[in-house]
Amino acid sequence: MNDTTPLLPVHVISGFLGSGKTTLLKSVLASEAFGDSAVLINEFGDVGLDDRLLGDIAEDAVLLSSGCVCCTIRGELSEALRRLLSQRQDGKIPPFKRIVLETTGLADPGPIASTITADPVLRHHLRPGTNLTLVDAVNATASRQQHPVWEAQVAVADKLVISKSDLVDNDQLSEIQHLIDAINPAAQRLGREALHQPSDELFASGPHLERFSHSEVKTWLGPWRIPIESKAVAHLGDIKSFRLGFEGDVDWTCFGLWLSMLLNRHGSNIMRVKGVLHIKGDSRPVILHGVQHTIHPPEHVETWPESDRRSDLIFITHGITAKRVADSLAAFMSAVSDHTSPRIFHE
Amino acid sequence: MCGLCGAFGGENHWSTHIEDPEQAHYERRRARAYRTKLINRALRPHRLEIEDFQASSFVLATATGKREIVQDLGGIWRQAEQLTGHDIDPLDAQFLASLN
Repeated sequence: MNDTTPLLPVHVISGFLGSGKTTLLKSVLASEAFGDSAVLINEFGDVGLDDRLLGDIAEDAVLLSSGCVCCTIRGELSEALRRLLSQRQDGKIPPFKRIVLETTGLADPGPIASTITADPVLRHHLRPGTNLTLVDAVNATASRQQHPVWEAQVAVADKLVISKSDLVDNDQLSEIQHLIDAINPAAQRLGREALHQPSDELFASGPHLERFSHSEVKTWLGPWRIPIESKAVAHLGDIKSFRLGFEGDVDWTCFGLWLSMLLNRHGSNIMRVKGVLHIKGDSRPVILHGVQHTIHPPEHVETWPESDRRSDLIFITHGITAKRVADSLAAFMSAVSDHTSPRIFHE
Repeated sequence: MCGLCGAFGGENHWSTHIEDPEQAHYERRRARAYRTKLINRALRPHRLEIEDFQASSFVLATATGKREIVQDLGGIWRQAEQLTGHDIDPLDAQFLASLN
């Protein structure tokens, strides 16, 4: 679908309770770089505490007060987004260029993307943007042990910021870094300064980009080759993060059927899939990005060096191993496609 | 409706997003026919078959004659599971072996 009207990105600021989401949002709203943003705040409970904390800064802020954005208020989220678009179109609010959604600390941000892409109105105006997750250095270990949603928030992140890192010692900080590296090695890391002096980089290189460049794709795929501490891996439990590499071009039709079949049966355990695929009959690679059941509309990369025909797919799963996924895809393609299948390896 | 879905009949599924809407009509028909052929290969172990219905949707049929209209790609797998009472699981080694 090549619509000439650019779709507005919906960026998500996520992170467990007390991780500094509202602090970051205040910085974003105070920054000139993000002056043309509309804001949605998802507050859990009857009193919108974060709305009060934001005070006068967020005059256009809309408070979603019915509960957790991941389950109970998807309808309300749709309505709030539609209302913003309607007000923008009617000239009642300035023509914002992006929407920033702050989730409650208890929310799994994954379903937000499906709320946008499944809505027959929203999907023609909006697209899922960058998922930015804050990790509280002081409480990360306890939060993770007590609330599985902590892992989901880290797993869906395009970008990660460790907050309160000045309140822990180097060993604790190192342990947390290794843990999030192990869960989501494909997320871009931002420094603490991003919390107080957010730059354009905060929401750049996300899945919302209409046109990726080669270098943007490499940044978006993240620092995959970070060596993972065996201690962190031992504590990962069921979370598996792995990369599939392809030697040879991919039959896109066959791949799409396999992935849709996989997500139909195992979508709740595929926390994240993203990557770049070189497909048969097309010189331009395709960017693929999905969270749980939702695959974002794939995009071509228009300019790509001819020498780089390597395809990579990164998965973060709950309990599904790299070997099972790689073997499944290889067997499916070999049996179903009319074309020669690529060699698939995993690491 | 699951975010995975979208109107497959209207070619609005994510997997068709990269197809050029300006391409020749016969190219679109060819791509649709190829997709239908591959779906049938994947459904064959479950004794199911789909037919393209006027390029707007699909009809899913069992060997015993049950038929259902399918509007989207995600719906194909889900409806096939409902019709047969069995999971269609690409991670199942038996299913993969039965494709050959």
